[in-house]
Amino acid sequence: MSTAFEKSARTRWLALSPTYLIIGIFMMIPLCIMIGISFMEQNVYGGVHPNVSFAAYQQILFETDFDENLVFDPSYLVIIGRSLLLAGIATVVTVLVGFPVAYYIARQNERRRNLLIFLVTLPFWTNMLIRIFAWLLILGRGGVIDAPLRFLGVLDADGSLGLLYSPGAVVLGLTYTYLPLMVLPIYASLEKLDFRLVEAAADLYSNKWGAIRHVVIPLTGPGIAAGAILVFIPCMGDFITVDMLGGAKNLMLGTLVQFQFSTARNWPFGSAVAAILLIFVICNMLLYARFTRAERQRSGS
Amino acid sequence: MSAPRKTKAKGAGNVAHFKSLYVLVGFFYAFLYFPIIVLVAYSFNTGTRAMVWKGFGIDWYVKVFTNGAILDAAKNSLLVGLIATILATTIATAGALALARGGAFRGKGVSMGVMTLPLIVPEIVTAVATLMFFSAIGLNLGLGNLIIAHTVFCIPFAFMPIRARLEGMDTYMEQAACDLYATEWQAFRYITLPMMMPGIIAGATLSFVISLDDFIISLMVSSAGTTTLPVYIYSMIRNGISPEVNAISTVLFGVSLALVTIYWIASKPRK
Repeated sequence: MSTAFEKSARTRWLALSPTYLIIGIFMMIPLCIMIGISFMEQNVYGGVHPNVSFAAYQQILFETDFDENLVFDPSYLVIIGRSLLLAGIATVVTVLVGFPVAYYIARQNERRRNLLIFLVTLPFWTNMLIRIFAWLLILGRGGVIDAPLRFLGVLDADGSLGLLYSPGAVVLGLTYTYLPLMVLPIYASLEKLDFRLVEAAADLYSNKWGAIRHVVIPLTGPGIAAGAILVFIPCMGDFITVDMLGGAKNLMLGTLVQFQFSTARNWPFGSAVAAILLIFVICNMLLYARFTRAERQRSGS
Repeated sequence: MSAPRKTKAKGAGNVAHFKSLYVLVGFFYAFLYFPIIVLVAYSFNTGTRAMVWKGFGIDWYVKVFTNGAILDAAKNSLLVGLIATILATTIATAGALALARGGAFRGKGVSMGVMTLPLIVPEIVTAVATLMFFSAIGLNLGLGNLIIAHTVFCIPFAFMPIRARLEGMDTYMEQAACDLYATEWQAFRYITLPMMMPGIIAGATLSFVISLDDFIISLMVSSAGTTTLPVYIYSMIRNGISPEVNAISTVLFGVSLALVTIYWIASKPRK
């Protein structure tokens, strides 16, 4: 039997039209406007002057000095570099932690598997702001780590551990927030893995590390790649974690964009940075699509 | 190699068994839940400083539930979440039917892309783009602006469980209904819709949780008087951490927890 949706293209597109309408008007058009605004001039009172200008993109690399000369200014490049670096470190850490955990879960019986996976996803669906705030209670002055040290006299009144507002705190927060997004896809590919292949490797005198390295990891490659994409992209654009645990000294792309709209009131520059962030995301998605296509072709042949 | 032991995993020997792996896994779950436990514990602290423990009590919960600004923000969050969920779930249900039951058709891939676009674009980018769009067209509907923005990013979250449910359902029942002279509408109304209900409930729950937890888009789009709970909590943290934050955070956490459990039960495939 064919459903009405299969028989009639009209029914199909009618059912899809609200999606196109809402996402088209309230997401695609806004993104186009944002890219348009990134090529306009700043109005210091908020908003923009509607004339074409590349000032926003220029500002990323250069700064205008007193004589109106353009001088190379690396401070925004540093922010882009920091975003790539910290997001990259967080991604690597989540792989190193997420893979063994996913492996352990995949080896349990079904009941335990479901429970353990539920426990992985549970924090992810709860409010991110609150979970990051909890880290403030742990890392901050007078917090869970700080207070006992103070009590024992390891820290004096003026002393500070300096755990908060550091790149380390940002990596910790990002790892904490996005770990489930790494565990789930790796688990999904491990669950499909035929563990008899591992036995076969052992029969061929592989030790278990060899079996992991030459059998398990190559076969779960797509899961690891999916996890890396799922973690890296939101890390690059993260706002809450970087804002609350990184402080003003550790700006990344997400906090830089937000700052342009909340405080600096420079819409074109904010839009330009947001557009760059979007380009990073699209490049990542394209790379991932190429990787999965190559993977599919390899397993197909 | 590790000592022989019974392994519970399907079809596997004990070859790739790592005995001490559970230690790491234990640390992993502790890491995941430790901050939440700390937060809940501190919310029962009677001291006036959020981070210094004084004694056990529910003083701050009483404060939270008598704080007009918090209650207003909570009301906004619930209202926005409820309306956005209804809109997003309706839109996603129609879309999921077309995509899961439409066979292979031209434009399917593109439609999937449009459907999941809000998941791909970083939230901060969506937030500022929406802010500028509303300002450019001069749309100022108060909570209405928030409802529109929330509907957009809730659509893919409602869509995924509904589509998963539809793809796991076969069409025999509908076929039988049609053989018994049910009209297409009747077959849909009395067979397909009830069968896909768990997916719809799961999708709706998920969008409500996502809407309730959203912070950055709400921060950008909300104006005076349309503050949502997470935006209010953020401003409380910004203005110095009061122990009230611990209490209200614990409440919000509990609500999300309950909803996610509903989602988990509803989206479980029946055997």
